[in-house]
Amino acid sequence: MSKEPVAVVGIGQTKHVAARRDVSIAGLVREAAQRALDDAELTWADIDAVVIGKAPDFFEGVMMPELYLADALGAVGKPMLRVHTAGSVGGSTALVATNLIAGRVHGTVLTLAYEKQSESNAMWGLSLPIPFQQPLLAGAGGFFAPHVRAYMRRTAAPDTVGSLVAYKDRRNALKNPYAHLHEHDITLEKVQASPMLWDPIRYSETCPSSDGACAMVLTDRVGAARSPRPAAWLHGGAMRSEPTMFAGKDCVSPQAGKDCAADVYQQAGITDPRREIDAVEMYVPFSWYEPMWLENLGFAAEGEGWKLTESGVTELDGDLPVNMSGGVLSTNPIGASGMIRFAEAALQVRGQAGEHQVDGVRRALGHAYGGGSQFFSMWLVGAEPPAS
Amino acid sequence: MPEVLKAPLVVEFPFTRSLGPVQSAFLTGLRERVVLGVKTGDGRTLVPPVEYDPVTSEEIRDLVEVAPTGTVTTWAWNHAPRRGQPLDTPFAWVLVRLDGADTSLLHALDATGPDAVHTGMRVRIRWAEERSGAITDIACFEPYDSVETPEPAGHDGRFEDMVTGIVAPARLDYTYSPGRAQSGYINALSDRRIVGERCPSCRKVYVPPRGACPTCGVATVEEVEVGPGGTVTTYCIVNIKAKNLDIEVPYVYGHIALDGADLALHGRIGGIPYDQVRMGLRVEPVWTDGGRYPDHYRPTGEPDADYETYKELV
Repeated sequence: MSKEPVAVVGIGQTKHVAARRDVSIAGLVREAAQRALDDAELTWADIDAVVIGKAPDFFEGVMMPELYLADALGAVGKPMLRVHTAGSVGGSTALVATNLIAGRVHGTVLTLAYEKQSESNAMWGLSLPIPFQQPLLAGAGGFFAPHVRAYMRRTAAPDTVGSLVAYKDRRNALKNPYAHLHEHDITLEKVQASPMLWDPIRYSETCPSSDGACAMVLTDRVGAARSPRPAAWLHGGAMRSEPTMFAGKDCVSPQAGKDCAADVYQQAGITDPRREIDAVEMYVPFSWYEPMWLENLGFAAEGEGWKLTESGVTELDGDLPVNMSGGVLSTNPIGASGMIRFAEAALQVRGQAGEHQVDGVRRALGHAYGGGSQFFSMWLVGAEPPAS
Repeated sequence: MPEVLKAPLVVEFPFTRSLGPVQSAFLTGLRERVVLGVKTGDGRTLVPPVEYDPVTSEEIRDLVEVAPTGTVTTWAWNHAPRRGQPLDTPFAWVLVRLDGADTSLLHALDATGPDAVHTGMRVRIRWAEERSGAITDIACFEPYDSVETPEPAGHDGRFEDMVTGIVAPARLDYTYSPGRAQSGYINALSDRRIVGERCPSCRKVYVPPRGACPTCGVATVEEVEVGPGGTVTTYCIVNIKAKNLDIEVPYVYGHIALDGADLALHGRIGGIPYDQVRMGLRVEPVWTDGGRYPDHYRPTGEPDADYETYKELV
């Protein structure tokens, strides 16, 4: 029996900021969920199940927060699932929700991801002291910087490429009212003059720490037929994992990422992603990950990803726009960051992205990764239902 | 089998909570010795209050005052209170349905012993002398023998100087054990030897060993000494000082493939100006007396390794 086609009919997010001191965690997730319901013109009673995701519990210090959020998300009397795959969790949460519809378990599912980083400190949460081990590093930047250097060595990319990505994403964010950073006076010179934090990664090439939530309403064909606005249709979705460290791991272009993309393209009938995909929203917490993922996802040959960035192909008005929303570089409520990528891909094919809408997007890829480049989740959505 | 290492691990953080409108009113009320509940769509009063109706999912904001007296609906005796609990002498954990409420609040009951506690007993709040807008503003409950029920004043939940956030410190006490393989690795380090384990299937040497090969999924047992020389495969220069790290910046955080190992381990590179570190640099460990690990790695003076010889390890 074939799978049920899955449609995105509602999208909501909060205005991402450094600290939402006016709301509780429940209030934060509720705001995004209510906006997604409003977009779909549905009520809480129309939802059959809730799938929620967030990054490690240490990021707020609320153990199993899904238990306390059942009321806020209208989940009483319904199935509620919590997903966790580190930074990729927003993407894998959406895919778990997707599969409940594709498998005809439920007709309409609310999926949501969040982080309220102001309640804790992610750098602390990622760097707990371990007995007998030399404390060497704090936070994610130092972990990923050596991989960026390895990419630069491998490809001989000019060392300005990272700043081009940051300058582009921060300008894209100016067109997105939900983005956290709105740096109106950003210039390329300012990015390039910002301090080196973890050389080769500069301050302006790193993501902020945000409070925010993102929600989507997913539904089947019957639900999509009732949708007041255009739906985004799922054409392919996949997740892959690999260990954090193993002999032979390619930390620059992990095999799990390549396999995940290949699975998505195969489901969607894509043979030339560079030509057949119109826009990409990928998980780039440090600027150099744009060229790295362009290669990992098959948009450029190995060693050539930086050339797409450098030549302007990934600009908002380029041939393959990347991170139209401003990306993780402009907004990073960690647990929600993957779902924001997925939601942005859906907004683009629905034609609902507002000022950062790219004309004529028919197919868009949403991408997330997490842990030590070990969890990958991706979906490809289209403006038309998949061919049956 | 050699002894497996163990050590205490304390994970502790002062988490902050932004309260939102309902919890803000509830906790500010406690500061003012007022207990507030919230009305649901079906007319019940929930204490403690919540922000969303558990039946209809609608937002609820209609706050009502309830009495400081109530009835124990169930309980459990705590014979050995732990740090941070409401009382430091044995007490009962109780669920109390306050007069005027339809749900029960969890708190502590100060009682002489389990024989002095029963479901259905009448209790009242004992307020803390110093109150700040926290659940601990209720010091505990105490038995209440009067038949009188104080009438709530009908407070609407609006106060001067509302509490909008609290600090909720959390602490977890673990006993950490690195397991057999890493214990062997750590013990060898005290003898200034670096040992890994070879996978019997793919023959790769893991340093530090994890006891199993993550690729083949089989146990590793064959011990292999590696190094002491190694190659810096990649690195970054850390320029920001982390709160919990006692290392002067800038310093170089490197991936070091020790000779004979099939993946790089992580260490600090020293004994060379930070801006002269490079991929391919040949290094060796520098030990300190009593150290559990090499303090850092320094250049050996050998010529740099050719990229082709270590690129598979990057």
